[in-house]
Amino acid sequence: MMSTYYAGLLADVGILLLGALSVYIILATGQLSLGNAGFMGIGAYLTSYLTVTKELPLTVALVIAAAASGAVGVMVGFPALRLKGIYLAMATLGFGEMVRSFFLNFDLMGGAGGFRGMHHVSLGYIWTWAAAISLSVAVLEHSQIWLELRAVRDDETAAALAGLDTTTIKVGSFGFAAAVAAIAGGLFAHHHVYIEPGNFGFERSIDFVLAVILGGSTIGAGALVGSLLLVMLPEYLRFLAEWRFTVFGALLIAMLLVRRQGILDRSLFSVSRLGRSA
Amino acid sequence: MLLQQLVNGLTLGAVYTLIALSFSLVMGILGVLNLAIAELFMLGGYFGFAAILAKLPLPVALLAGMAGAALVAAVIERVGYQPLRNAPVVTPMLSTLGFSIILQNVATNVWGSDPLQLPDELLAARFTLGPVSASAMQLTVIGATVILVALLAFIVQRTSMGRALRAVAENRDVARLLGVSAGPLTLLAFMLSGALAGAAGVLIGLHYAAITPYIGVEIGLKAIAVMVVGGTKRIWGALIAGPIIGLAEVMTTAYGGSQIRDFVVYGLMIMILLLRPQGLLGDRHTEQGPRV
Repeated sequence: MMSTYYAGLLADVGILLLGALSVYIILATGQLSLGNAGFMGIGAYLTSYLTVTKELPLTVALVIAAAASGAVGVMVGFPALRLKGIYLAMATLGFGEMVRSFFLNFDLMGGAGGFRGMHHVSLGYIWTWAAAISLSVAVLEHSQIWLELRAVRDDETAAALAGLDTTTIKVGSFGFAAAVAAIAGGLFAHHHVYIEPGNFGFERSIDFVLAVILGGSTIGAGALVGSLLLVMLPEYLRFLAEWRFTVFGALLIAMLLVRRQGILDRSLFSVSRLGRSA
Repeated sequence: MLLQQLVNGLTLGAVYTLIALSFSLVMGILGVLNLAIAELFMLGGYFGFAAILAKLPLPVALLAGMAGAALVAAVIERVGYQPLRNAPVVTPMLSTLGFSIILQNVATNVWGSDPLQLPDELLAARFTLGPVSASAMQLTVIGATVILVALLAFIVQRTSMGRALRAVAENRDVARLLGVSAGPLTLLAFMLSGALAGAAGVLIGLHYAAITPYIGVEIGLKAIAVMVVGGTKRIWGALIAGPIIGLAEVMTTAYGGSQIRDFVVYGLMIMILLLRPQGLLGDRHTEQGPRV
């Protein structure tokens, strides 16, 4: 039987994985979002409102929150079309901070004091969602749509000239990512049974990006490796007591220097496949 | 009341201007968001505090903050940026994040997580002019900012180093073809940027009379907004944007409740990005930066 300590950590891994996948989907089109914690916050607050105040079952609430956040994602995606690269990243950062600031002022749900009353969910439930979303991302990765996403990433002008609808692709990826991040938020709220606006700030957004880049941004499984690493590494460094984050930061820099493409990348998999066929 | 808020807003705006200049030196020239600037700012504040508590005069404390932060910035450039300069921009950004995690942890361990306070006798002096009362510290903050910006203007506009920096900012490839060597230049950009952040840290410490290891994150993020509003390619945009954001923040706090001020600041930043991506002072030439 797993201890509650490890169960808690694994729940965090599952939630972080969903957040990382939401960044991964947007990154696949060559866009960097530093504001996905904003979508997570929308999902967390909306799901909690639906389960606590409206007494809906959690699964129904999560689906509604994902749809609503997806709609917000599409709304954010349209103006985002005007921006590229680091400028888009800074705009999404601003969006995330605006959402956090909004909930800070949203007195109906506790404002700065936070919101409670949710029921705790099991680890199995969290990972059922994490597995289902991972599976749909894996299916997506082997579809025509993914080729179109990557075409937009590699050269947007060429993709448009080839007849791809780049607007739908970019906006759609924002919408899907926002829905995934909202599910991460709903699960977070029902795992920790307490939320406050500070849970969904810039540091959370950057954690998602970090998980993707450390794990490997060219392949979906990278998000899983990165999420495991980000949650477990600080735990394994506990023996360093108050210095553990210094070592954690140093290891992070070292990993980026040694493997800037992330721990997993596509070439790793194609080499092993070649080896088998030979 | 209104005039009083103006003075407070300008003081805060002065500090924002310095950090925004710090961000835009690296961003405008290298296209990289150096997230460690937020913590260099915090670190500069602690170095300055240490000097003040050691009974050193204020200008020396300011220099100590600047020098300390510039040295750390040099390490960040050599270890965290230089090896990754050809990677997609998100990678060096995350390595600077690694440094900010380290710096915050070190500061917490060395100085503790409780706020460090300045002794009262430093803060007592106030100047009153009609209805407006400004503390000696507020005037020091604004005065020091003016001097530092003038100094930076001199370096960037009048020296050959500054010319080389501007050439790289304008067009990196052409500048290199013309014989500007990028290596020492990026080190210089990081160190200048670090010195400005360090100075801002000392000044905000004087303004609030206290400092904590967590001061960097909040103010640092807002300085990114100031940089964007001013225009990332035009370094001088920060001179206008800093006071605007500082005033907007103080005014919303005074008349609209302190909670909505972040909403206003980041809303302004997104509006500028969408409607005038080159910033208030930028020209029509909209280069959208390297890929992520």
